[in-house]
Amino acid sequence: MTKITAHDLAKKQKEISVAEFFERNKHILGFGNQTRALITSVKEGVDNSLDACEEANILPDVYVEIKNHEDGECKVIVEDNGPGVVKKQIPHIFGRLLYGSRFHAIRQSRGQQGIGISAVVLYGQLTTGKHTKITSKIEENTPAVVTELAIDTNKNRAEVIGTGTAHWDKTCGTRVEISIMADYKRGKRFVYDYLQSTSIVNPHAQIIYKEPDGIEHFFERTSEVLPKKSVEIKPHPYGVELGTLIKMAKHTKARQLNSFLKTEFSSMGDRTTNSAIEKAGLEKTTNPKSMIREEFLSLHKAFKKVKIMAPSTDCLSPIGETLIKRSLKHETKEISPEFIITTSRPPSVFSGQPFQIEVGLVYGGNLPKEETVKILRFANRVPLLYQQGGCVTTQAISSIDWRRYGLNQPSGKGIPSGPAILLVHVSSTLIPFTSESKEAIADVPEIENEIKLAFRGCARKVQHHIHKEVKRAKTREKFDLITKILPEIAKKSAHMLDKPVPVLDPIITKIMDVVWIEDIVEYVKVDREPIQTTLTGGTPEEQREGTITKSRIMVVNYKRNPQKFNLYAIIPEEAVVGEVSPNPSKITSNYIKWNLDTIHPANKIDVNFELAGLEKGDFDENDLYIENINPAYVIGADKWEGD
Amino acid sequence: MVNKDYSNVIYRIDAVAAKIYEDFQKTEIPFLNLPTRTKSNIKFDDKLNVWKYGKSITERTAKSLDGAYMLLRTMYMADFIKEMIKINKSSTLREMYYISEGWDLAKFHSQQESNLLAEDLEVITSCMREDFKLRPEEDGARVIGNLTIEEMTRNNTKKKIHCQDDVGDAGYSIPYNVEPEKITFKGIDADFVIAIETGGMFDRLVENGFDTTHRAILVHLKGQPARSTRRFIKRLNERSNIPILVFTDCDPWSYRIFASVAYGAIKTAHISEYLATPASHYLGVTPSDIENYDLPTDNLTKEDVSALKSELTDPRFQDSFWKGEIKLQLKLGKKSEQQALAKYGLDYVTDTYLPEKLAEIGITRK
Repeated sequence: MTKITAHDLAKKQKEISVAEFFERNKHILGFGNQTRALITSVKEGVDNSLDACEEANILPDVYVEIKNHEDGECKVIVEDNGPGVVKKQIPHIFGRLLYGSRFHAIRQSRGQQGIGISAVVLYGQLTTGKHTKITSKIEENTPAVVTELAIDTNKNRAEVIGTGTAHWDKTCGTRVEISIMADYKRGKRFVYDYLQSTSIVNPHAQIIYKEPDGIEHFFERTSEVLPKKSVEIKPHPYGVELGTLIKMAKHTKARQLNSFLKTEFSSMGDRTTNSAIEKAGLEKTTNPKSMIREEFLSLHKAFKKVKIMAPSTDCLSPIGETLIKRSLKHETKEISPEFIITTSRPPSVFSGQPFQIEVGLVYGGNLPKEETVKILRFANRVPLLYQQGGCVTTQAISSIDWRRYGLNQPSGKGIPSGPAILLVHVSSTLIPFTSESKEAIADVPEIENEIKLAFRGCARKVQHHIHKEVKRAKTREKFDLITKILPEIAKKSAHMLDKPVPVLDPIITKIMDVVWIEDIVEYVKVDREPIQTTLTGGTPEEQREGTITKSRIMVVNYKRNPQKFNLYAIIPEEAVVGEVSPNPSKITSNYIKWNLDTIHPANKIDVNFELAGLEKGDFDENDLYIENINPAYVIGADKWEGD
Repeated sequence: MVNKDYSNVIYRIDAVAAKIYEDFQKTEIPFLNLPTRTKSNIKFDDKLNVWKYGKSITERTAKSLDGAYMLLRTMYMADFIKEMIKINKSSTLREMYYISEGWDLAKFHSQQESNLLAEDLEVITSCMREDFKLRPEEDGARVIGNLTIEEMTRNNTKKKIHCQDDVGDAGYSIPYNVEPEKITFKGIDADFVIAIETGGMFDRLVENGFDTTHRAILVHLKGQPARSTRRFIKRLNERSNIPILVFTDCDPWSYRIFASVAYGAIKTAHISEYLATPASHYLGVTPSDIENYDLPTDNLTKEDVSALKSELTDPRFQDSFWKGEIKLQLKLGKKSEQQALAKYGLDYVTDTYLPEKLAEIGITRK
């Protein structure tokens, strides 16, 4: 046997192109089988479109079409009204893996690694041998650019097959047509589920899905407001890797260690900077470029010993309780659920990465009572369809004892069953996925804990809701009694004896012996709100058309003594308070407070307020609290526990 | 028809309205009290020799929704009765149930509900259903025997009816009103009355001519006897003083038929003295007969057993005869029917069984 030298080996050693690598490992990108390939292709296209639209401040209109050929080849078409892509960039974005603008930025976005759409192009090319066609238009009055391309897998570069121009009715947008081998029959349901779920967490997007047989599904836009733009932030010391720290120091413009830390990292003030440097045993004035590995290591260790404020959470763009509720309501219309409750947690941090949890719960209606509950999982507004079992969200849900909240769960562990849908949305600058196919979120204790807290909050609201309903039903009976039956008894007895009808008030207060608060919520559609001129006669305020939510609260004193107390009504943060009567004593972004006048026995006070800036149904139930009165006297409101 | 004086009835009905009205004026939550109408609240009345309601009281108060509904319905029913008296009409209980459809909130949800309330009103006012011009859906049952009845017909003429010669095999039909203004007994020539549970056995005795051979008056009870049947038996007994013998199936439900004839029913304990005939005897079929006559049987069902057990705690069944027989039946685990006697031939009941039973209780010679 001849001896093989290192030189011989060197002849065989060469760079492996990324494209080549993925060609052999397509499963890790979500192209493991032909069903998955279909959904992944749609998903990457849609994610790309939504991201592009949002970045350009455009309310997304996404059109998805699948054409199915008998031989197992599908053509996936995704079209949007986004900003389009300049001609020069098209080959890079669609024909090159690991190319993108978002990878280096620390903020919340759907895609990050720049693998997404080009991986679909590559997959299509590998399975069908066909090229991808991209149509892009960047401004009005210019023709659209049509590019056909393939990927050179050795060089990880696009191979442009042809370019041309075409007329396109759209102002701007991008259309991608990729032929792939896929199992449409099996994947069909998942595509629908994926788009429906996407629509739930992207209430500002409109999605149209056309199936091969021509049937169109229309997922309506339920919010006209683009999500808050997430701001790019600097890395947080808790989350930075040693290597990254060294690289950052090498490239910094700062000449001194303290200014390096303060300018290149988030949450580093004078005090934290100084104490980190001190703990690391370094000098403030050290030039970061001249630091050696050991110094970096002790600095890295020192970060963990210092209490550093959490990173700013501007980089997150949660959906919000009201919008999630609205979306869920819209998508579950046919189920006509009993109630929908959503909860947003305040932002939190794991390893220096900000994240925020939002959850929702849909209960009752036509939902099956025996089956395990459906779990809708989302990460940065992207639905997660696979590997539910291996996801931290599922883990968190399974560890909650749902039996207390009216769901079935043998031994109080595992996924509960009952007529409910649970929704979890994790937003973060970095979603810690378990694998590159981005289907499950890793078991991060901080995230798990936040999800549990969110669901507990949600469940408490459920309990509160049920409790309130039961209490109301009970007292409504009494209300029937005193408003309908008792007067009838009095009338009849008077009639039989030919005497005047007796006065009932004292007996009513005797029977009820409570302060009764009842409320209704109504919606008034206004085409154009009446233009209000300011007191000083200034310019009229411009108002949009929309819905006014009117809440009417009736407070009746059925106690035998006069009552005087304070009333609070909780309002959604997004709402704009309109007319309020009587005059409130306080209005904050969360509540309206009234110091009510003395109410004499058998008398009532009407309390009204109007909310603008909400859709019909966003605010469908008053949450009322009382103060300065024994809560046991009151039906329809709970004790105010403070702000 | 003799026009009855209803002024006392109206006075009593108004008193109910007045009670409620005064409660309102005194700012009291309106309520009505009435005796609790359950098994636990019936007591033997030594003076009347029947079972009446005891001292336990149920309060119907407007404090609760159910109570308020009851009061409202009571008022509506009282007003309706007053109105009927005024215009000289009467209605069946079922008609009243349908009329209540127009009572808005006070309407009944089932006839059971309206029947019970009519009884309640009887209890509250100490009046009888007949005073309220309410009559039951079903009239009384049939009678055959050497007995002449004079009935006031709807044409206001008196008609004499002999319950053997003037009637067919189905017998004389007892009307819903058997008070003196409606029927009087003109001639009774019999040694005893046999009240029979089933129509099949009644017809057997008729076909075999038992009424003539044994000088008996046969009354068909038609299951749980209607008020008018019980009242008829009561009046017959008071008039002639001949014994009343009750002949039923051998099961717990039949014993209750006997109890309602002899002691008074729980539901109508407020008028037991009008309806019950304390001088009644239970003739059979007894659990002992099952053994003595070796009768064909069925097994007791779960319901039968619990009914028997309930009778062991029923104050009306506390004598040694009933305790012994009920315990025996529970031990046997069997029940039987009157018509099971046909095992020994169609004439066995009239030729052998009844003569033997009658001799046993000393009614006739052997």
